[in-house]
Amino acid sequence: MFANFMAWIDKRLPVTDCWNKHLAQYPAPKNFNFWYFFGSLAMLVLVNQILTGVWLTMSYEPSGDGAFASIEYIMRDVDYGWLLRYMHSTGASFFFIVVYLHMFRGMMYGSYQKPRELLWIFGMLIFLVLMAEAFMGYLLPWGNMSYWGAQVIISLFGAIPVIGDDLTQWIRGDYVISGATLNRFFALHVIAMPLVLVILVFLHILALHEVGSNNPDGTEIKKKKGSVKPEELSKFKFHKHYTDKYDIVDAIPFHPYYSVKDIMGVAFFLFIFCWVMFFAPEGGGFFIEAPNFEPANGLKTPEHIVPVWYFGPFYTILRVVPDKLLGAVAMFGAIIMLFALPWFDRGTVKSMKFRCTWHKVNLFQFTISFIVLAILGTKAATPLNNLIGTIASFGYFGFFIALWFYSKNENTKPVPERVSK
Amino acid sequence: MSNVPVNNGRRRFLTAATAVVGGAGVVGVAVPFIGSWNPSARAKAAGAPVEINVGKIQPGQLIRAEWRGKPVYVVRRTEKTVNDLAKVDDQLRDPNSEEAQQPEYAKNAYRSIKPEFMVALGVCTHLGCAPTHHNGDFDQFVEGVSEGFFCPCHGSKFDMAGRVFQGVPAPLNLMVPEHSFTSEDTLLIGVGQGEA
Repeated sequence: MFANFMAWIDKRLPVTDCWNKHLAQYPAPKNFNFWYFFGSLAMLVLVNQILTGVWLTMSYEPSGDGAFASIEYIMRDVDYGWLLRYMHSTGASFFFIVVYLHMFRGMMYGSYQKPRELLWIFGMLIFLVLMAEAFMGYLLPWGNMSYWGAQVIISLFGAIPVIGDDLTQWIRGDYVISGATLNRFFALHVIAMPLVLVILVFLHILALHEVGSNNPDGTEIKKKKGSVKPEELSKFKFHKHYTDKYDIVDAIPFHPYYSVKDIMGVAFFLFIFCWVMFFAPEGGGFFIEAPNFEPANGLKTPEHIVPVWYFGPFYTILRVVPDKLLGAVAMFGAIIMLFALPWFDRGTVKSMKFRCTWHKVNLFQFTISFIVLAILGTKAATPLNNLIGTIASFGYFGFFIALWFYSKNENTKPVPERVSK
Repeated sequence: MSNVPVNNGRRRFLTAATAVVGGAGVVGVAVPFIGSWNPSARAKAAGAPVEINVGKIQPGQLIRAEWRGKPVYVVRRTEKTVNDLAKVDDQLRDPNSEEAQQPEYAKNAYRSIKPEFMVALGVCTHLGCAPTHHNGDFDQFVEGVSEGFFCPCHGSKFDMAGRVFQGVPAPLNLMVPEHSFTSEDTLLIGVGQGEA
């Protein structure tokens, strides 16, 4: 009965073939470690954001007069409203935690290198859209930090010569940030950006399945057709899309092996997520900032305007540059550097395990710089903080520059043919 | 299907022509989408320039007007007040108005178009409170200076050109909005000199 039904469907839509090609017979390297949880976790959080987001719009009122009160209404009067909102706000911060770790994984194991450049670019586009999505979402509660955070970020565009002032007015739709700004941010936050995000995630996965996953050793699991002895081949059945072109070694089907493993990761992740959501939903003032508990007020600036933590690194880079325009250029430049990472790295060895000591030192200092920048972004701009921030900014950009130099003729260790046991 | 030979040149031309017309259509249809982001008529009306009759202001008097949701202070400075401005220069953070807190035409010793009229937003550059005008009793805040602005929230002090004193929380001089005189006694807030 079911078999007949599936046969009927498959003649009209390749459902079984698609399932096999992308899940049940998709070859994934067998040596994935802890760091490979974050891709599927990011998907989980995306689903959480979309689901809770849809439910929040049912009680939220996108207007300058009603927004703040409707958040209070959600928190106090709507059944489970507090839970849905905290799922959404905690989800936003965890989205960035997960995505930053996911990106760091790619940097450690060279997952951006040839032939995965486009995969990396799609990932970076997702990151960019995610930042826009988060920024617009943060305005919606219409708290005072929402207001002034948006004020600061939108005024960045005012640094562009000639068209700057008109551009900021066009973005705001008013002479100051007002209900008009709130309404358009709402539209973009709930419709336009999520749509783009979902499409980009789809392309990201499609590109991943075309080139295949990298792994902690950075070795290739797809060997030239006919180059591997039959007894060395992976014992599992993989889709002919892969086996027709390559001999596959050291691989296991994504489903059920990694789908089940990812559920483990999800369970562990949810422990942490739920703990924060139930016991510390404000994230110590980092996830929801204190000034946001009073309504937006254009006449009252919060003592320190600081962004949410996940914008910290880029905000610090903006702030340590004394010139407004150059600061904005440096901030966007920091993101462009990440986009261009596959071309800054001229090496051919992927995993840091087999790369030179310089690379390990460089990656380590980049990690420290990034964390320092993130911390400073949430602190006041004292002269000492600015000095530390300047040094960390040099560390951030220096990573890419140094990488470009030493990766050309790098002294690497031999990469094994097969993944390590 | 006829067996007439394919005219590749004509095909290319028609393809290109169709693409160009289609492209023009896309540009055309983008106009309303982009244009709708401009401030609406309602926003424009709410942010319209404000006209003030300054002829009725007494020397030494301050009047408040509202423009785009912010209080604008207009003071008719006496000749003595104007002459005294330079005396406090060495106690100020930015005596020469180097920071872009005023339009180009107000970047002078008085921070205004006419020395007689001070125009500034009554919004403290620290946290946005409203500084109060003290005429005659300002020397309780700054010794030897009889007139100025004192912010009651965190104690920032400004002189009679809206310039901030040293050693207070406010980092910048008071903002001077775009303004111009449409006649001898009519001050227009929101339109810069030479713009209208």
